[in-house]
Amino acid sequence: MNKYTLPDEKGHFGIFGGRYVPETLMQAVLELEQAYFEAKKDPEFQSEIDRLLKEYVGRETPLYFAGNLTNFAGGAKIYLKREDLNHTGAHKINNAIGQGLLAVRMGKRKIVAETGAGQHGVATATVCALLNLDCIIFMGAEDIKRQALNVFRMELLGAKVVGVTEGSATLKDAVNEALRYWVANVDDTHYLLGSVMGPHPFPMLVRDFQSVIGKETKEQFYEREGSLPDAIVACIGGGSNSMGMFHPFIDNEKVKLYGVEAAGLGIETEYHAASLTKGRPGVLHGALMYLLQNEDGQIQEAHSISAGLDYPGVGPEHSYFKEIGRATYHSITDQEALESFKLLTKLEGIIPALESAHAVAYSIKLASKMKKTESIVVCLSGRGDKDVDTVRNIMGGGKR
Amino acid sequence: MNRLKQAFAELDRKHQKAFVPYIMAGDGGIETLKDKLKILEEMGATAIEIGVPFSDPVADGPTIQQAGIRALQNGTSLTKIIEELSIIRNSLSVPILLMTYLNPIYSYGIQRFVENIQIAGVDGCIIPDLPLEEEEIIVPMLNKANIQLIRLVTLTTPLERIKFISQKGEGFLYAVTIKGTTGVRNNFEQELSGFLKSVKEMSPIPVLAGFGISDEKQIKEISLHCDGVIVGSKIIECFQNGDIESLEKLVSTLKF
Repeated sequence: MNKYTLPDEKGHFGIFGGRYVPETLMQAVLELEQAYFEAKKDPEFQSEIDRLLKEYVGRETPLYFAGNLTNFAGGAKIYLKREDLNHTGAHKINNAIGQGLLAVRMGKRKIVAETGAGQHGVATATVCALLNLDCIIFMGAEDIKRQALNVFRMELLGAKVVGVTEGSATLKDAVNEALRYWVANVDDTHYLLGSVMGPHPFPMLVRDFQSVIGKETKEQFYEREGSLPDAIVACIGGGSNSMGMFHPFIDNEKVKLYGVEAAGLGIETEYHAASLTKGRPGVLHGALMYLLQNEDGQIQEAHSISAGLDYPGVGPEHSYFKEIGRATYHSITDQEALESFKLLTKLEGIIPALESAHAVAYSIKLASKMKKTESIVVCLSGRGDKDVDTVRNIMGGGKR
Repeated sequence: MNRLKQAFAELDRKHQKAFVPYIMAGDGGIETLKDKLKILEEMGATAIEIGVPFSDPVADGPTIQQAGIRALQNGTSLTKIIEELSIIRNSLSVPILLMTYLNPIYSYGIQRFVENIQIAGVDGCIIPDLPLEEEEIIVPMLNKANIQLIRLVTLTTPLERIKFISQKGEGFLYAVTIKGTTGVRNNFEQELSGFLKSVKEMSPIPVLAGFGISDEKQIKEISLHCDGVIVGSKIIECFQNGDIESLEKLVSTLKF
């Protein structure tokens, strides 16, 4: 197999991806692409990212052998890539640092971003505080309720958080408003998109900034086991932690890649966020990708217990991986995620984000079907402090 | 000859400017579409832009967003709009433009969409999330069907690109007058008249200005620098309020 080089020069991954944006934004996305290619060639830019990732974010993150979880699953060895130990508590900071520095390089001192669970919002607000940039974050009103603590965090960091009440008042609607804001303020504002979605070059550059996860994993695993892992498991909303994890392994065809979507109340119901499992290709937020949509091409609302997976689309590169079969995509229900959340907390003393708990849940199923000599690495994308309230409400027989 | 080209040739002969109103199909029920089109045709609209509702209209402001939500709640879909147009087209002679985001078309099937809107007598399409870089996905089929793709240029489009787009363009060039979404504005940026002037100088086809234009004063001022205007949110408000008098005033602003 030839070395994987996508996207092509127009930002396409097969039929997926592209730049389906209003003309007002075209100049901005073309400039961003240009700036990114230049920055990539600049050793100073790269060393500044590396320095901040090391000294500020706390990389590299550990690769932890989860012995108790492995015993529980009774099959393959399960390792956890501890992105939850990053500054701000999730992988989102990797991308925020990269794009923040890129914005400064482009002379843009204002940042707009969307957030679902609030993790990307917090990461963005953090980087804006660090780099002294103005920051405005759009967040669905429903998510603001679910993640009140993260809203307060962003405000403490100096960001303005704007509630979005349109549509399902979740991540999709926050992206709509962030895009509208960007259209109106494109001259001096950079849109710091938080996932591997949106118009080219976003899926590519977010992937590249997140690829540090997979690169470290590869080296750490090799040091420990002298080989490559047999399988990689990561959760998928838009798909950034999973793509960051998958991408460095693309050309290692023996490494199986598993993406885990949110099945919500079940993929046979209307309440899920399993875009790859149940959706079909379409165009939203600047890219052609798998989408949850009705027969008329109207985008449907997604549902998941975890705000970070609550998005009706999935990045174009994942859509492409599904199409060519390089990765396989599965789904885990709210209930299963909740059980894994509790399980990992008890077994390993690690409270995972509800998003990451989806990946943990799937890895247990997968491990039990694999040999004890085989290994799985799970991307533990974030820590669960933000979800403790949600879980307490559910366990206490609260809201749901 | 395409109806749209004919309409512009006629305006040229009469030394008049174009007025293109926008309505949201299915707002108030799909059955009101025929009457609205009839009213606007009789008032002398140059062409009529029919919006297809979409769940995530990122280029639109609150008025058109709300109209879209109302239309979707009425059960409006691209399929129903095309069916309705096929039935009523014969009773109308005004050029009809379909303004739709790409996903409803993609979902409907691009080839099938072009074939069926050709049968339904649509003269042109405006697709706000389809820039030049991606238009090959539909342009060859539209060309074959003699349906014009109306391309947009904006205040952020560099001159070279405006030139390139205008030369590819057919029907007319849609000059977006604001950096922002659709909807009524009180003020326009200083640079607008200069922008329109340079677009006009470069474009081999008529240039129509749209986004944010809502009253007679704005219509008159802006049309000085181009070949006419497109008005959307204000038209929707007039129909919403049943204010046919204001509507007539607006549409006839440029008839002199």
